[in-house]
Amino acid sequence: MLKLKNKFSVERDISGCGLCGIINAKKVKTTGEDIKKAISVEHDRGNGLGGGFAVYGNYQDYAELYAFHIMYDNLSAKGNVEEYLKNNFIIEKEEPIPTSKTSKIKDHPYLHRYFMKPKSDRQDKLFHDLGDDDFVVQSVMSINEKYDGAYVFSSGKNMGAFKGVGYPEDIADFYKLDEVEGYMWTAHNRFPTNTPGWWGGAHPFTLLDWSIVHNGEISSYGINKRYLEMYKYNLSLKTDTEVITYIFDLLVRKHGLPIELATTVLAAPFYQNIDKMDNKKKELLTTLRQIYGSALLNGPFAIVFGYSGGMVAMNDRIKLRPLVAATMGDFTYVASEEAAIRAICPSPDLVWSPKAGEPVIVKFEELVAQKGGLIGL
Amino acid sequence: MIKSSFSNIQSEYLALIDHTKCVRCKRCIQNCGWGTYSFGGDKILSDHTKCVACGRCYTYCPEGAISIVKNPTVIRENGNWKENHIKSIWKQSETGGIVISGMGTTFKYKKYFDHILLDACQVTNPSIDPLREPMELKTYLGKKPSKIELDFNEEGEPILKTKMPPQIELQTPFVFGAMSYGSISLNAQKAMALAARALGIVMNTGEGGLHDDLVPFGKNIIVQVASGRFGVHRDYLNSGIAVEIKIGQGAKPGIGGHLPGEKIGLDISRTRMIPIGTDAISPAPHHDIYSIEDLRQLIFAIKEATNYEKPVSVKVAAVHNIAAIVSGIVRAGADIVYIDGYTGGTGAAPNIIKDHVGIPIELALAQVDERLREEGIRNEASLIAAGSIRSSADAVKAIALGADAVAIGTAALIVMGCHVCGKCNTGNCSWGITTQRPELVRRLDPEVYGERLYNLISAWSHEIQEVLGAMGVNSIESLRGSRERLRGVELTDAELKVLGIKHAGL
Amino acid sequence: MITIDANGMHYRDLNRLIREGIGRGVKKFFLENVNGQYYIGDGIKGDDITININGIPGNDLGVFMDGPTIAVNGNAQDNVGNTMNAGKILIKGDAGDVVGYGMRGGRIYILGNAGYRVGIHMKGYNEQLPVIIIGGKVGSFFAEYMAGGVIVLLGLNDTDDAAGDYFAAGMHGGVIYLRKKIDFSKYSKEVELYEADDNDMAFLKKYLLEYADDFNISFEDIAGKPFYKIVPSSARPYAHLYTSA
Repeated sequence: MLKLKNKFSVERDISGCGLCGIINAKKVKTTGEDIKKAISVEHDRGNGLGGGFAVYGNYQDYAELYAFHIMYDNLSAKGNVEEYLKNNFIIEKEEPIPTSKTSKIKDHPYLHRYFMKPKSDRQDKLFHDLGDDDFVVQSVMSINEKYDGAYVFSSGKNMGAFKGVGYPEDIADFYKLDEVEGYMWTAHNRFPTNTPGWWGGAHPFTLLDWSIVHNGEISSYGINKRYLEMYKYNLSLKTDTEVITYIFDLLVRKHGLPIELATTVLAAPFYQNIDKMDNKKKELLTTLRQIYGSALLNGPFAIVFGYSGGMVAMNDRIKLRPLVAATMGDFTYVASEEAAIRAICPSPDLVWSPKAGEPVIVKFEELVAQKGGLIGL
Repeated sequence: MIKSSFSNIQSEYLALIDHTKCVRCKRCIQNCGWGTYSFGGDKILSDHTKCVACGRCYTYCPEGAISIVKNPTVIRENGNWKENHIKSIWKQSETGGIVISGMGTTFKYKKYFDHILLDACQVTNPSIDPLREPMELKTYLGKKPSKIELDFNEEGEPILKTKMPPQIELQTPFVFGAMSYGSISLNAQKAMALAARALGIVMNTGEGGLHDDLVPFGKNIIVQVASGRFGVHRDYLNSGIAVEIKIGQGAKPGIGGHLPGEKIGLDISRTRMIPIGTDAISPAPHHDIYSIEDLRQLIFAIKEATNYEKPVSVKVAAVHNIAAIVSGIVRAGADIVYIDGYTGGTGAAPNIIKDHVGIPIELALAQVDERLREEGIRNEASLIAAGSIRSSADAVKAIALGADAVAIGTAALIVMGCHVCGKCNTGNCSWGITTQRPELVRRLDPEVYGERLYNLISAWSHEIQEVLGAMGVNSIESLRGSRERLRGVELTDAELKVLGIKHAGL
Repeated sequence: MITIDANGMHYRDLNRLIREGIGRGVKKFFLENVNGQYYIGDGIKGDDITININGIPGNDLGVFMDGPTIAVNGNAQDNVGNTMNAGKILIKGDAGDVVGYGMRGGRIYILGNAGYRVGIHMKGYNEQLPVIIIGGKVGSFFAEYMAGGVIVLLGLNDTDDAAGDYFAAGMHGGVIYLRKKIDFSKYSKEVELYEADDNDMAFLKKYLLEYADDFNISFEDIAGKPFYKIVPSSARPYAHLYTSA
């Protein structure tokens, strides 16, 4: 049986890794060729037990619908899940996710995608008044927890995750990403350290429009998890990446923090630096730490985080994981290693290594004018 | 009734003097608060029945001529009828009294901290050097909103809208536990006040009011309101950094207390605002709290009296249903809940209560933290864990189980020379700690012991930083409640479940 | 002088208005339509401040109060004068349970009846002498653990016994004056009963005069009978109860 879910007797699944991201602020699209080329330079950062990509702008024709990518390891699971979906969603289109047989990816689950929206008269409306986003989150968690042999690995609008067990370049071929176009791409090459590879555990991890690729191990996982559980997040995957995604979801979508402030929760400035700030900033950041101390990501990490409004790349507050950024015209590139960027953009306008905890934030230009530049999150 | 003139109870210790070493300087006579030693014309004599093994005499004997040994005369051993049972029966048959003593229980119950092991990083995530890289212990005690509220200015910059409830800022997650002036000496309180100020932490007045000499230390003091309301008035409530309502104490859950009239001298009378020489009785309950809504009433009476500027802490003993109790306390509006385990200390309590009532802090804390999280209200109050925190390791484990900070009482007294003889109730403490006899109190120098307390808490804080570094985190909030970093050994499934931790190896 | 219409007002707002008024130098407050607001007069200070209340004040009236005078033209609820340090509270009707808990100074005069545990753990200290006078009758556990101060029980409505059971249980300080004896079986073992002498009556006179004046009743009517005096037999009632381990 293929491993869609983390059934190993570990509290969580951790890994070392390599990562990349490409964004065009004017939403000019590229195919998956570039990101594949970049991440393949970081081949040795993984071990063939996980690779994956997130792409934004690839489902332009269904941009208003939630695009669910679901892996099944048997057809009865598919039947059960589809019954749930039909009861709760209007499914406008469904089809197998296009793949090609390759010599490198032999065993894979059955992969299917659905473009849909929650029904306005769905049964749970009798008990709740959840918004569509919250209902989608609840559905994803419910399927992943309760339906054996099924796993939702992508659920956003006009975006999709493509991932599996294998090196990322092979995964790209498997999903035929050279035929997919998007204006933002992230990629991940995985080196799991305490579990065998499993399809669901590959990165990116996504929820709604959030996608995260992540390098490093979160040493504060225990409390981050318990903190999120207090807000009814169900951490079924037991991965750091899942924790980071949910923290962003909580901070940005539910608590309304601008993305910049959310990053200062994840990689909080030290009190000794906060104490040097002007009073207003000091009060703001002290209050953030007081309220969100349990959401501080402690330990080594570099993440590339995509959402409908743009991309954030950042590392931990004492820089234990590498991150390089570069710009070329409207393109911004981030990666674990500069060579990955140079492979697809040999002469960037600017190359730099972000400081510890200092995020690289790129927003799509048409959204910038609005409040804090952040509406649409 | 005929009064019998002899006692069955033999001396527990022998105070032996090596007369070949003794130079008859009589320091032992001066130092012993118990009257064990006297001068017999040519040599020092010992009345063994008075010795409590408090260690003062041999510490101060310049010739090393004194040894205190357990009386080798045995009470015939019996696995069922233990020595303490037999002695208590004799004592009570001779006096008709309730047996009381000071400090915590002496029973050997299982200590859960000793069955919990900590995690460290190897390869997959790095440990951090705590000496050369930042390692944050700063802790804020008080209610935290569940989310931040922001406004945005015209440039789209966030402006803080949240009005943060009042917080106690601690530079390291320790507080001194509540010990009243009366149960301990003013010099002992001063030593803690000096240390608290230097460390950026807080001490706690206990229920005996605030002595004038401590008023300047207000920013480092929690003032307590207990059922006796000693020394409680509006200025008192406003003189500290926070106010604590004492409902219970780990050593004696559910019962009150009383400071015997002979300890109420002029100075204590002034501080407690009661007449000299009367018993200071603390009723078992607060007589304005017979139910949880009444606790809310008192919490808000205090908030009104302090203009909502002070966090209100509620101290309770760890008892069977503690998780639900604390949930109620948090919902009643407490900003801090102080949970005292059954091994906590006391100035005096009946042994029947001390030895048999309450539950371990580790189990109580684990359940409380879990319950508050399940109810989604863990942010509503900070938790202080207490009840014999014996080392920084205990502190780390308590914090990982879910405490925001730990309180130390007995350990602080040990710093001041306490040998845990458990005779605090008698008022004869040779170390000048749990006594009001001026000649004994005088010997406890607040400056000297303030510095030693500072040293201890600094050392423990460094040890916590070492542990954080080994765990690969550089802030105490990343350890707080992180039970994933704990594993149990020699614990049953039930115990592991209550603690919310896995067995070592898993 | 300000008048506050407390109709529908939360106690937090009402008390804030009072505190702010005091901060501005207001001396007289008239509170209208009070109904259940807690903590009126909580922790306020100043001997020349008076608060007149029309309606039913909520629990903890005058808690931690230090000097002002509160007059209630009606009944009051529980915990009147809780841990009060100084000042005066007048209740023209009845008061609830636990009047004057831990009270250290000041006066509470009640024209009608009061509930259980009146004067519990009341204390005197130095020149501070708390005084409670109850015109009617009281419930059980009257003056429990009383440690100081003076309580006068007038029992003006001559129907039945003016106090409940466990009278003065644990009393170890202060004095209780009774205008008439109560059933002997109700007294705790810790107290002794005497007839009040001339000195006692002279001491009481100034308080009874004030009480009569405050409530506009005749001094002669309340001071007419011989009074009885109850004092604790020991300041250390429990000294024999414990033995050291």
